Amino acid sequence: MTKLTKKDVLHVAELSNLKLTDSEIKKFLPQLTKIIKFVGTLSEVDTTKIEPTSQTTKLVNALREDVTTSSNSLNIDEYFKVKAILSKRT
Amino acid sequence: MNIPLTIKETQDGLKSKKFSAVELVDAYLAQIKKYNSEYNVFLTVTEELAYAKAKEIDRGDKTSHLAGVIVSYKDIFLTKGVRTTAGSKILESYIPPYSATSVSRIEAAGAIPIGKLYCDAFAHGASGENSDFGRTLNPWGKEYVPGGSSSGSAASVSAGMSLISLGSDTGGSTRQPANFCNLVGLKPTYGVIPRYGVISMSSSLDTIGSFAHTVDDIEIMFDVMRGTDGYDSTVSNFKKPNIKNKFKLGIAKEYFIDGLDSEVENMINDVKKTYEKIGIEVVELTLPHTKYMVPVYYIIQPAEVSSNLGRFDGIRYGSARQSFGEEAKRRIMIGSYVLSAGYYDAYYEKAMKVRTKIINDFDEAFKTVDAIISPVSPTPAFKLGANTSDPLKMYLEDIYTTTANLVGIPGLAIPSTFSKSGLPIGFQLLGPRFSEHQLFELGKKYHKEIDYKPKIAL
Repeated sequence: MTKLTKKDVLHVAELSNLKLTDSEIKKFLPQLTKIIKFVGTLSEVDTTKIEPTSQTTKLVNALREDVTTSSNSLNIDEYFKVKAILSKRT
Repeated sequence: MNIPLTIKETQDGLKSKKFSAVELVDAYLAQIKKYNSEYNVFLTVTEELAYAKAKEIDRGDKTSHLAGVIVSYKDIFLTKGVRTTAGSKILESYIPPYSATSVSRIEAAGAIPIGKLYCDAFAHGASGENSDFGRTLNPWGKEYVPGGSSSGSAASVSAGMSLISLGSDTGGSTRQPANFCNLVGLKPTYGVIPRYGVISMSSSLDTIGSFAHTVDDIEIMFDVMRGTDGYDSTVSNFKKPNIKNKFKLGIAKEYFIDGLDSEVENMINDVKKTYEKIGIEVVELTLPHTKYMVPVYYIIQPAEVSSNLGRFDGIRYGSARQSFGEEAKRRIMIGSYVLSAGYYDAYYEKAMKVRTKIINDFDEAFKTVDAIISPVSPTPAFKLGANTSDPLKMYLEDIYTTTANLVGIPGLAIPSTFSKSGLPIGFQLLGPRFSEHQLFELGKKYHKEIDYKPKIAL
């Protein structure tokens, strides 16, 4: 599908937690239609047996020792303190 | 006083007492005061911080790598205690409690921070016109854009308002403005310079960019900033390799498309001849998936943008989501669409697979050549307003730059000459992952051969 409808735009706006004005909907509808149609040209590329890539340098799981230091702790004075709203399971 | 154009000139001047660091700050601030309101370069000028640091330099150590060097930051770099807006009204009053690793490292090396710069909001754009605070003008021609999204970074260095600058490069946002403003710009290998404390745009593509007048200075900045910091888990360390003395370069035949400006095309041919003149072979090669770069980029990048901008919920930071500018809203919606049920496979998954094919093209090319010569942008700087009514037209500006981000390789934008209308034009070198030092060497060889002399526009 490449032709977006007003309903599609409203659905996507809802997924995006955005409230659009009528003039924004009117503006975005043709623009998004054009962009989605353009990126849809990828369908002509044969990707059979091709694995997707999201990490280009192949680095995996950079881990550190789980120890508390001043640099990885929050200074509680900079936050608002409120009473706990959950109690311990009894 | 004449503003120095390199780190070496700055440090020689300080050591020989030709000028003090305080006098340097005076000179750059004078330039900012003279031109900033007209060109929209700095959102925040950190005059007090600059003088405090300059006095420290004048009193003490002048031997560290960046001692006395005036630096400016794109306003997506968190700076402790200094407002950081990302060029967006959403963060208009946000003051970060800590600084980005890159900022801390640049300043620990002795640099003097002079202020925070205009940019396209959340780094979305290729012209600087998507800033919520106003558009930046190109110091080389007021009616032209400086490029984007690191618009203020390029403008500040080319206008003599800072010696070096930090920007970001997710799809060309450092190399393209560097190219439009006659500067050297580096997009490093993915995950070489920590991104901790830089507002995220697209996490599989984002890199920290550097602006300077010379390749030597870019190399110094690169070595100061790179390496693991314990906060960004995507960072790799590597040793500076031995530089070989015989190189082979390639140019992809797919780069010569219809929209390529004839002056840019001629410059690319001149670059080829220059390298051949100094004994470096240049061969033609093929990168068959070149025309799919922009479609892949404009699926993956908005998808990641929609996730990253999800954190701006109006509760933890700044104002409500209605305050997002038009371009941010557009990208969030494209991203939500390509990730949504029913479309994920056809768009997002497909784009990640074509990304693999693009990477394979480059891995194949780098088996025969050490680096690839490419245009940065199809044209010199375009006029303000030229592409604002058609977002897709603006996206196509990214055709030569998105490659390096999708493949995760470094790209070095190198200024070359000027167009007939007086606008800077240049090219970029793309190399294998972790080959930055080799690109620096090739860039220096080129500038040496053409006897390149840096200059400022204003």
